[in-house]
Amino acid sequence: MQARPNTSGADTAFHATLVLAGLGVVTVLAGVAWELLSLSGEALSKGGIGFITGMTWDPVAEEFGALPALYGTLVTSALALLIAVPLGIGSAVFMSEIASSRVATVVGVLVDLLAAIPSVIYGLWGLFVLAPLLREHVQPGVQKLFGELPLFAGPPLGVGYGTAGLLLAIMVIPVITAVSREVLRAVPDTQREAAYALGATPFEVIRGTVFPYARSGLVGAVVLGLGRALGETMAVTMVIGNRYDISASLFAPGYTLAAVIANEFTEAFSPHYLSALAGLGVVLLGTTLILNAAARLLVRGVRHGGAG
Amino acid sequence: MKTTMNGFGITVVAIAMVMLAVPGMASAQNLTGAGATFQYPLQSKWSSEYGKAHPEVRVNYQSIGSGGGIRQITARTVQFGATDGPMSNEQLAEAKDPILHVPVTLGAVAVAVNLPEVTKTLDLTGVVLADIFLGKITRWNDPAISATNKGVVLPDRAIAVAHRSDGSGTTYIFVDYLAKVSPEWKNKVGVATSVNWPVGLGAKGNEGVAGTVKQTPGAIGYVELTYALQSGIPTARVQNPAGEFVAPSVDAVTKAAAGAAANLPEDLRVSITNAPGAGAYPISGFSWVLMYLQQQDCSIASALVKYLWWGVHEGQAFSTPLHYAPLPASVVSRCEAKLKSVTCNGSPVL
Amino acid sequence: MIVNNVGLLPPISPRLRSRRIADRVFRWAVMASVLLVLLPLVAIMGTVIVRGAPALDWNFLTSLPKPVGETGGGVGHAILGTLFLALGGLLIAVPVGVPAGVFLASDRMPRLGGTVRLCADVLSGVPSIVVGMFAYTLLVLPFKQFSAMAGAFALAVIMLPTIARTTEEVVRLVPSTMTEAALALGAPRWRVMMQVVLPSAGKGVAAGVIAAFSRGAGETAPLMFTAFGSQFLTTSPMQPIAALPLVLFNYAVSPYDDWHAQAWAAALVLATLVLAGNVIAKVATTRRSR
Repeated sequence: MQARPNTSGADTAFHATLVLAGLGVVTVLAGVAWELLSLSGEALSKGGIGFITGMTWDPVAEEFGALPALYGTLVTSALALLIAVPLGIGSAVFMSEIASSRVATVVGVLVDLLAAIPSVIYGLWGLFVLAPLLREHVQPGVQKLFGELPLFAGPPLGVGYGTAGLLLAIMVIPVITAVSREVLRAVPDTQREAAYALGATPFEVIRGTVFPYARSGLVGAVVLGLGRALGETMAVTMVIGNRYDISASLFAPGYTLAAVIANEFTEAFSPHYLSALAGLGVVLLGTTLILNAAARLLVRGVRHGGAG
Repeated sequence: MKTTMNGFGITVVAIAMVMLAVPGMASAQNLTGAGATFQYPLQSKWSSEYGKAHPEVRVNYQSIGSGGGIRQITARTVQFGATDGPMSNEQLAEAKDPILHVPVTLGAVAVAVNLPEVTKTLDLTGVVLADIFLGKITRWNDPAISATNKGVVLPDRAIAVAHRSDGSGTTYIFVDYLAKVSPEWKNKVGVATSVNWPVGLGAKGNEGVAGTVKQTPGAIGYVELTYALQSGIPTARVQNPAGEFVAPSVDAVTKAAAGAAANLPEDLRVSITNAPGAGAYPISGFSWVLMYLQQQDCSIASALVKYLWWGVHEGQAFSTPLHYAPLPASVVSRCEAKLKSVTCNGSPVL
Repeated sequence: MIVNNVGLLPPISPRLRSRRIADRVFRWAVMASVLLVLLPLVAIMGTVIVRGAPALDWNFLTSLPKPVGETGGGVGHAILGTLFLALGGLLIAVPVGVPAGVFLASDRMPRLGGTVRLCADVLSGVPSIVVGMFAYTLLVLPFKQFSAMAGAFALAVIMLPTIARTTEEVVRLVPSTMTEAALALGAPRWRVMMQVVLPSAGKGVAAGVIAAFSRGAGETAPLMFTAFGSQFLTTSPMQPIAALPLVLFNYAVSPYDDWHAQAWAAALVLATLVLAGNVIAKVATTRRSR
């Protein structure tokens, strides 16, 4: 009885500590956003919408436009998803619907390993294995096959949008696979059993019952993968070619937002230059934030829906 | 479960202990320098050699590019910066306190070429070089290239231009030369440590450009001579104002510097590209260390000035083996005067 | 299906046949996609092992790098630097992340909890290069010094959401009957949390921490303008410090064959470090969920 007031005091202090830690997380995110916005204020207010639509990145004339880097980021990410979505969801289907639980576990562990490889190692492999392979064997072959199609124009350099997109695909597949697998697992077995009872084949069960049920969650998985592709820095920097331009050809060198920052952040020699780089960070962060928040909400919606 | 937690705890403690047990060098004076990749081989050699004689001083040099060297010395996040393109007047004004340019070496920017089909050394004029980097000449068998390479069978291969993606003094020296020989380059692109490239692949650092050229058949790029030689990439001969095609070499750089050394400006910021004189290599330049004239931490100031003093004297012995040209004696005496002018809290450091 | 092959049932209709074919095609497609997904893993790890192993020896693991152009030297400084940075990151991230996770699991302030959860999720999606810029302006510029501390802080920001969300998930898995029993015995909430909930969720929390450690150890971009790199073995938090991913990147983009070989060996060391952490974390959580 005597201990009562003490206890509740300790309880309050304990709870306050937890709240404080929670607020710490909020503060860090707010700090990141604030720091970037204040750094980039000059470039964004000076350039306005022209900062985003500008084509030139000229530190000499202090003319800064983000469009080529934004374009590179979006093109490589889209390309990555084009490859990664069917393969990632396909693998998730394999694990949750077709494979025995032992096989599914092994594949799951391997996919998780793929997700854990540091991106600089992907870059190393991309630079020394993937790029030469594409330059020597794949790109000349594709050009022979499709001739003068603008999509494959230009000398086969081995680095560029296509290589970066392919490497990004390899990097986002594990994200998409892992989240899709969870989403598919959350689909209640009763749904599947009902469809099987009606005589449906596994394909029909998955297409007609599992996918519609899991749709928003799968979208979430894809958007999460997109988030990783957009922000990926090191691997892309090593294989994108670092050319500040917009080109329709997948074989052409390009640039991405994150790669520009990585290459130029320590060297920006004027405040305006620095501000422009922070502006690229804002564009990148803005795109990533919107997509991530959307993805998390979608996935959570499915999880709760699945439980109910 | 409990044992796992203990195991984890033990691992953490063990690693922490190993780290603490590492011979503590708390008493060492650490100097952080950053900047030009051009100087990196020399600085890393200096750091290693100076460290043998003076184990109490540890010089950590990171090659982040000349633009970075200028930026980080301005932000005072390093004790010394390094650049191959002198700071502009605006940049000096922005740093608020006076910054010294101390020349530490001379070097050549080599034009590296990866043409597996060609074994002979290529001869290039300044204008052709400018046109290649402007994107006007796009194939190796262009008549403009064959005009100065009679007897060489040039392949019908696309030219892949490689340039720096970071701010770079090597870029500065190279485009300073292009601007001197090509009015079009001067008007369209200009001169700075990083420019808006009309064409090409960007790579980070001299290492990156050399790597890109080496990796890409048909590539042409500009790198500090050491990088070209150490990575075994063939270099082209470039035409100087006297009309000779000169291969990059220590000797040819010294010849280019000879004329300039006589009339150095007071602040030692000088360009020696396209220098007149027989045998002079036209894409040559000084590389400077940047430091504040008025230092605030006297133990750092003393270590730094002594290190640089050693560098412009004993350190010059390491220049030639690494394919840099040693500073001419007249420049060394100017460096001495600069280093002697450094003060810490008002009193001279040396 | 087997029954059909034996032929005991009436012959199948064309429609059923086409449905069966569609199903078979689907199965093949799915299995092919798994193979295509696992192919890069084999290719990457295979290359890293084949190219990295020859340059890997005791000397490489323990010695300092040689000046540019001289062969030999190692990455001992970078291995220690990476451990130092990642542990430093944990030192900052765990005291915030674990209680934040416990807070999220407590559900005592649902609205604030929702905000914190969203912030943690968004934070985990912030590109690591942006985190590096943040740490540079916050900790490098004011102190006028690139430092291990700034690098560790950048890694901590990256680790924080992982730790908070894993902690939340594993604390939620602790059966409510356990907490209720302890509360019924008159134990205050904080003691229930410290002595009942956290110990039983301990393995899961530890797994989250290890996973965060291995993610942090593999990061390059946030260290480029914080930890900065060094060719020396340093342990001072206020000095620049080497890190394995930084060395790997610098060596990879260099023109020297010897450095390329060392980059592959460094990749092998880094991959081993990171994947080992991951496997440990995975094994711990798998056992727990059974």
